[in-house]
Amino acid sequence: MSDVTTILSSTVRLSVPLAFAACGEYVAERAGTLNLSVEAMMLSGAYAGAIGSSVMHNAGAGLLWGIAVGVVVGAIQGTMSHRARANPFVVAITLNVLALGVTSYLADTLAMHAHQAGILTIPVLSHVPFVGRPLFSERWPAFALYALVPFVWWVMQRRRFGLELRAVGENPAAADVSGIDVDRRRRQALLWCGALSGLGGAFLAVGEVGTFTTNMTAGRGYIVIAAVIFGGWTLRGTIAGCFLFGGADALRLALPAIGYTLNPQLLVVAPYVLPLVVMAVFSVRRRQPAALAQPFERASS
Amino acid sequence: MIEGARARIGSALTTTTLLTVAIAVALALSALLVALTHGPSGSVVSSLYDGSVNGWGSFGATLDASAPLLIVALGTIVTVRAGEFNIGQEGQLAVGALAGAMVAIRVGGPGPLVLVAALAAAALGGALWAGIAALLRYWRGIDIVIGSLLLVFVAGQLLAYAVNSRWLVQEHGPAAQRQAESAPLPSGVRLPRLGHYPNANVGAGFLLALGLAVVLAVALARTRWGFRLRILGHNPVAARRAGISAAVVGAAAIVLSGACAGLAGGVMLTGTAFRLTPAFSNNVGWTGLLVALVARNDVGAAVATALLFGALDAGGGFLSTVGIPSDLVPVVQALVVLGVVLPSALTRRRAARVEATA
Repeated sequence: MSDVTTILSSTVRLSVPLAFAACGEYVAERAGTLNLSVEAMMLSGAYAGAIGSSVMHNAGAGLLWGIAVGVVVGAIQGTMSHRARANPFVVAITLNVLALGVTSYLADTLAMHAHQAGILTIPVLSHVPFVGRPLFSERWPAFALYALVPFVWWVMQRRRFGLELRAVGENPAAADVSGIDVDRRRRQALLWCGALSGLGGAFLAVGEVGTFTTNMTAGRGYIVIAAVIFGGWTLRGTIAGCFLFGGADALRLALPAIGYTLNPQLLVVAPYVLPLVVMAVFSVRRRQPAALAQPFERASS
Repeated sequence: MIEGARARIGSALTTTTLLTVAIAVALALSALLVALTHGPSGSVVSSLYDGSVNGWGSFGATLDASAPLLIVALGTIVTVRAGEFNIGQEGQLAVGALAGAMVAIRVGGPGPLVLVAALAAAALGGALWAGIAALLRYWRGIDIVIGSLLLVFVAGQLLAYAVNSRWLVQEHGPAAQRQAESAPLPSGVRLPRLGHYPNANVGAGFLLALGLAVVLAVALARTRWGFRLRILGHNPVAARRAGISAAVVGAAAIVLSGACAGLAGGVMLTGTAFRLTPAFSNNVGWTGLLVALVARNDVGAAVATALLFGALDAGGGFLSTVGIPSDLVPVVQALVVLGVVLPSALTRRRAARVEATA
């Protein structure tokens, strides 16, 4: 029983940073940009979060630094790919390489004493058996997720801005005709993605671990992309994907301790194989934003 | 004809100028980064120079580092010409190296024969891995970018699994001494070198890459296959009308680029690494992809760009000797890419605008 609670706890802990970033990547992909630079956003957000909390002696300030740096990466990605019209994948892969290099270099040369966010326990709910402690006794920034997910859903489904973003992802030509600046909306979507991915990375640093280590995101950005694909480009499915992949990670860490042996590689590949299987079996392509990963070129008249 | 030649020379000049400016800016920014962290910023350029082109020994290291980058880039150019976008080279390279290592370590026989077999197996391994992405693309409609990207990470775990299992490529020895790496390649199964280290020294891997570049450049420009690729990439509808099957020509291009990535892994294995480790691919697949795109899918420009990136890789080893973490190398490379991609994208955008208003 305590094993179950432990695994659930670490599932939540490992899923929350993924879910923050996935809320951002979901917005970006619905706007039609298959943004591969989530890894760069998360990693630089993690470093900024750690250094920010170290300089300001405050975990909350670290999170804000993470968001700010994530937005900067999102702005670079957006400007390069949706203003200068460079190939978005080239820009993204380059940014991933750049973020890994810069943060590793700085981590080697600058010392820091990051502050970890405190644990907040909700009085009554945390006593619910099994799920009480995992869900309601967390590092305090994790609780922001409970508000963030409905907020993203509300913006995307109920606000004009969200409608326009989705229109830009489904049919950019039609959106353009109705007066929506396609590239501008896509840049804005990337700023959202940067902010939320930076937050996810910063949470990893000041929430979960308490410091920055070289390459601490270790491919989580790609898992986030996989989660959006796995979720069939729905917010619900995306968040479910994050918790599934967080759970696989938790199991990988927990199983040897409980005495089970399972090939660790099997659980590590789960986030990458499952989306492919789901897509291949259920033809998810029909649910994919129609203009995903296609640059918008205005037809010259 | 003359018009075309002039445009070509002009484009080559633009590329060269852009590269030069981008390198200068990238180096300056990197030195600034070192200065900001109170490191020996003055040594950035000189140690990169010492490690890459100063003397035959360093130059040989540069050629060794360039060879796999060039081979990966050549495959990438084929797919981009066909209008496809395989970004899974990092994984295809790893699977190729694994297949090559299995042949090199497990198959006995005369060295040169095994060497050729190992390289062929490496190409085949990469082709198979890319084939999965091609199959998903044309049979199940899964976007090639998504499919090939996700397979990169599956390949990474496959490699990690292989180097940890005794029956695949690991050394047979007492359990306590075994590490997560393959047995070393037999000394006969190594790519020959012309000249002896540290003097004039060219690895056969680079010559192989260069030969491949020539063959490919001719094939792309002069054969029916190259023509079909171009039609498919430029106008899929016209290609269908002309009886060019996207599924056949496109899938073949993806598989061929996988074979190139796999061969690159084989060249790294038999040319410089001589054993497999979990982190074997070491971003070479990603960097090779960037080389192709910086070179704007021109084979000649790819050779120059691969040499430049290889020089940065080789020079990076010297950074640590003056106390600068070698993490700076990917930073310089990434800045070069951004420095080349941004202005050329802006130029193209301006040209498009002028055309639109005219």
